[in-house]
Amino acid sequence: MSSKICAVIDYGMGNLHSASKALEHVSNNTKVLVTSDPDIILKADHVVLPGVGAMRDCMGEIKRLEVDQVVAEVAKTKPLLGICVGMQALMNHSEENNGVNCLGHFDGEVKFFGEPLIGTQGIEKDHKLKVPHMGWNQVKQVAHPLWNKIQDDSRFYFVHSFYVDAKDKSQVKGFGHYGKDFAAAISQDNVFAVQFHPEKSHTAGLQLLENFLNWDGQE
Amino acid sequence: MALAKRIIPCLDVDNGRVVKGVQFVDIRDAGDPVEVAKRYDEQGADEITFLDITASSDDRATTIHTVRAIAEQVFIPLTVGGGIRTIEDIRNMLNAGADKTAINSAAITNPEFVREAAEKFGSQCIVIAIDAKKVSKDGETGKWEIFTHGGRKPTGIDVVEWAIKMTQYGAGEVLLTSMDQDGVKRGFDIELTRAVSEAVNVPVIASGGVGNLQHLADGVTQGKADAVLAASIFHFGEHTVQEAKEHMQKEGIEVRL
Repeated sequence: MSSKICAVIDYGMGNLHSASKALEHVSNNTKVLVTSDPDIILKADHVVLPGVGAMRDCMGEIKRLEVDQVVAEVAKTKPLLGICVGMQALMNHSEENNGVNCLGHFDGEVKFFGEPLIGTQGIEKDHKLKVPHMGWNQVKQVAHPLWNKIQDDSRFYFVHSFYVDAKDKSQVKGFGHYGKDFAAAISQDNVFAVQFHPEKSHTAGLQLLENFLNWDGQE
Repeated sequence: MALAKRIIPCLDVDNGRVVKGVQFVDIRDAGDPVEVAKRYDEQGADEITFLDITASSDDRATTIHTVRAIAEQVFIPLTVGGGIRTIEDIRNMLNAGADKTAINSAAITNPEFVREAAEKFGSQCIVIAIDAKKVSKDGETGKWEIFTHGGRKPTGIDVVEWAIKMTQYGAGEVLLTSMDQDGVKRGFDIELTRAVSEAVNVPVIASGGVGNLQHLADGVTQGKADAVLAASIFHFGEHTVQEAKEHMQKEGIEVRL
């Protein structure tokens, strides 16, 4: 039986251990490779674009290593999962670091949560909220195969100070709320991206990664 | 729909074993760190903090090995602290599978280290750990000072001012331990927790003093903490993380159940 390959794109930005370990944990017959080699990425069955840290550094490395061209190619053909800054990098532009142009796969802006950020619901109401948005928050799902076997409003682990404001709301497949609504998940065709860290989100996160490895890229 | 307050079991690890002391002495063995971490993960812990209290730096390899073993089996955030002094130390811990590193005395020796670390790895993985002791008398306005060397050495640094400075330098979270309360099970230093939490715009983890479940809830409702850390009430089977969350929920606190 030939095994499938999931490539986790390594462009030098931080810790890919968590993502690859979590993918390995849920994979049945998929080999997980952390790599920056375009040949391997383009041959892989599934591709993950992770990311931590500041957007300017991320985009700088993505361009320097020509990961941008590889991602553009992957996005045409096979299941691609963006995580956290990997999701933000798929948008047009980010406000971070005085403005950074991103990959432009999805229409929309990456914006700062703002200061002060005031809560609007429940126990957060009228309270000043801290930035970064750090911890376990709920995601309101919009039907998609990647939510298979995950209860609606399940909590995922977030840590971010910037959020995605998608232009085409029909692409938003999961809504988060922290003082304001933001896109916790965005998708079109074979590309799915999440603001939270599925690799750190216990059973719900592991289920999403398993769903991704089983995904054929159809909505 | 709101962000949940986090419950963080803490593993103080000495030479590859979980231990817990009372005010940093009187150490009691609490098991194998990988087994303990897995148990808390199953109980619904929101995060795990691993503090390496091994005196000798020769045993750093053991710590890295243990962190790696935990990270392979536990899929929630993992913070590692204790002896983090260089950029290389941080890189080693992140590569072993830690998500955040807590910097304590190295920041006091060289505050720029925090700035450098946050620029290099991002604020999200730099936690400033503060060991605070009350220096004001009862009835006076609260004042706390940072102590190092297990609470023996005063630094003259004001805790609230330091927390503000370190978050300006890029620390993304504050792990605030009351040395007066640590291990004595009388509850958090609420006044200290609230003073720091209201002074900074990043999450604050209250630590030191939890003896029962109400103490955890008080840390959030009165201390305004974003997360609460405890060790002994979980280590020795008094309570599970699940019970702690159910109690906090009854107190009107948003938790992940």
